[in-house]
Amino acid sequence: MATARRGDAEGAQPPVRELLSAADVTRTIARIAHQIIEKTAFGPANAEDLVLLGIPTRGAILARRLAAAITEFSGAAPAVGSVDATLYRDDLRRRPARALEDTAVPEGGVDDKLVVLVDDVLMSGRTTRAALDALRDEGRPRAVQLAVLVDRGHRELPIRADYVGKNVPTARAEAIHVLLAEHDGRDAVQIARAPGEERPVVGDTEFTEGADPA
Amino acid sequence: MRHLLSVADLDAAAATGLLDTADRLKQALLGREVRKLPTLRGRTVVTLFYEDSTRTRVSFEIAGKWMSADTINVSAKGSSVSKGESLRDTSRTLSSMGADCVIVRHPASGAAHRIAGWADRDAGTTGTSTSVVNAGDGTHEHPTQALLDAATLRERLGSVAGRRIGIVGDVLHSRVARSNVLLLATLGAEVVLIAPPTLLPVGVREWPCRVSHELDAELPALDAVMMLRVQAERMHGGFFPSAREYAVGYGLSEARQALLPENAPVLHPGPMVRGMEIAPAVADSPSSAVLAQVRNGVHVRMAVLYHLLAGAPE
Repeated sequence: MATARRGDAEGAQPPVRELLSAADVTRTIARIAHQIIEKTAFGPANAEDLVLLGIPTRGAILARRLAAAITEFSGAAPAVGSVDATLYRDDLRRRPARALEDTAVPEGGVDDKLVVLVDDVLMSGRTTRAALDALRDEGRPRAVQLAVLVDRGHRELPIRADYVGKNVPTARAEAIHVLLAEHDGRDAVQIARAPGEERPVVGDTEFTEGADPA
Repeated sequence: MRHLLSVADLDAAAATGLLDTADRLKQALLGREVRKLPTLRGRTVVTLFYEDSTRTRVSFEIAGKWMSADTINVSAKGSSVSKGESLRDTSRTLSSMGADCVIVRHPASGAAHRIAGWADRDAGTTGTSTSVVNAGDGTHEHPTQALLDAATLRERLGSVAGRRIGIVGDVLHSRVARSNVLLLATLGAEVVLIAPPTLLPVGVREWPCRVSHELDAELPALDAVMMLRVQAERMHGGFFPSAREYAVGYGLSEARQALLPENAPVLHPGPMVRGMEIAPAVADSPSSAVLAQVRNGVHVRMAVLYHLLAGAPE
């Protein structure tokens, strides 16, 4: 978690600012759930068709919450699971070996299903690319979509989300922290200014600075 | 982690980290059509075996292949070793060819340490970086065997900490026993070595375990039992009167298995000598974890390769 940083000379902005409150997070998840139902025409008739796969840690929590909301609104329960993309990352050689997270593909698999990948923050798109590669080894979905709670820009790959909770323009040096009650004790989305920090760490999603930000 | 030479180099957190990674890798590959991860693409893993082996060598090779490393097997028979090349020259040759990891089994205790030392020295001068994994050195250590045993115990018992594990048989010649005692103690288990006095090494009293000579007395209080192979190839003296007498005193018969708590897992590092240290009916019983050990071996070795080779070089 971000530690409070020294205020800068201007003192104009607090170092950590809240972008979404707990109520906002709940509302945002409900909205994405409605959008998924609408866009995929999901209901009891095609309940088998939809699989939500979260990218650990917080993406997996969000996927479970989205599934609960979709079940509540549509009366049908989508399959839900998680897919850890660590083994497929393109920046493994840049830092010490990291711990792996849960991969739990639902019983029915992903073949010919509509898979919605769920993550907390979308930035470079590299985690999403790794998750897409992992998914390819799990099977062949009919289609794959992407849902994120926050899109903060700075894409390094041609990837875009189908469902976005909130678009947040950020500077590279800033950090977005997604807090979820299951993991962090409470719900919130915060932005932290990180002067001089070379590698912003965003929620659980770690990013590598692009080799050349051009 | 640069090398894996001894379980003594692993603290509880590091060992648990490896076991967790192994679990996650197992989970990631579960039910998959394509059992291949791209993680070690472009990395070269060489197994260098100066002793015979089926499961360890194949297990390392599968582990490497499932993570997309290029694996190459060198055995002493059929290599320049039979022309008289020294261990130092052979291992340095492999490093110079670009091996990122050398997995070595050797009849001399300490062989892996020596190779790691040469590799580190060469790294300073040539810029090559070779990790060394000890796949069994003499009667010293066999770290990945201990890790896969711990993974199997964790799977069967839920946890290792606080459990009482018996290790029975030829402790004297067993690198498996030494590595297991150290690792299980690190993980918080209570270890009991059960063996005839002639098959216990000098200095065993200093190991973090209890020693007993009475198998029947210990069995009822064990959470799991690990039978060791009687290593006839390392025995050049009368360690016990006869195979039959050994089996009567220290073999796990069906009657003895009945003394264990119900469903207590029975482990054996393999290869088993049926009728000697373990009765065929026990080896094939539902409590036998022998095949689970072999399965877990692949995932544990994947975890080791992952921790040694996937991250940034130290």
